[in-house]
Amino acid sequence: MDTTSLHPMLQAAIALLLATGGAFTLIGAIGLVRFRDFFMRLHAPTKASTLGVGGVLLASMLWHWGQGTWAARELLITLFLFVTAPVSANLLAQAALHLRVPSRAEPPADLDRR
Amino acid sequence: MIAWALDFAIACVALALALAGWRVLAGPASTDRVLALDTLYVNTVALVILLGMRLASDLLFEAALVIALLGFIATVALARFVARGDVIE
Repeated sequence: MDTTSLHPMLQAAIALLLATGGAFTLIGAIGLVRFRDFFMRLHAPTKASTLGVGGVLLASMLWHWGQGTWAARELLITLFLFVTAPVSANLLAQAALHLRVPSRAEPPADLDRR
Repeated sequence: MIAWALDFAIACVALALALAGWRVLAGPASTDRVLALDTLYVNTVALVILLGMRLASDLLFEAALVIALLGFIATVALARFVARGDVIE
């Protein structure tokens, strides 16, 4: 991997994006493990899938731009995750409400009529 | 500098995969397990992109795209199965 021919500012930007992307992925997983309620655990991985994967993909785009092969298609993954993460979170919350998963929040009053 | 940051990011994502794997095994409800599987899919996408940077290969991007697509479909199917017992009415 030839990284010494890149501009030093570009190298610093890629390294910073990689470090923050990896850190946010780890923060999302720590939240998934440490929270004690399912609906709290539901919003922890959203940080990993937006900032974590987004940071890594931005670093990958900048790196490929530095190598000379401009590839904007890596934005496709980020856009797909942005669009589909609310859908899967909504379906999981519906499943949890239907299964009466024990939670500190009260279920909605009209749950039995859904 | 990029090599150090790349190794750090790969270590972070690997640790995140291990933590999400623990939640799959230990989740008290089945929705916890589905959520942890979805997190595993997203973290695998990040890991494949990082490996594509490390190995200087353009081909691993398509693998990451396929994993993201199929992971979303798998999460939707599992969530609907856990909620009501069948996937498509």
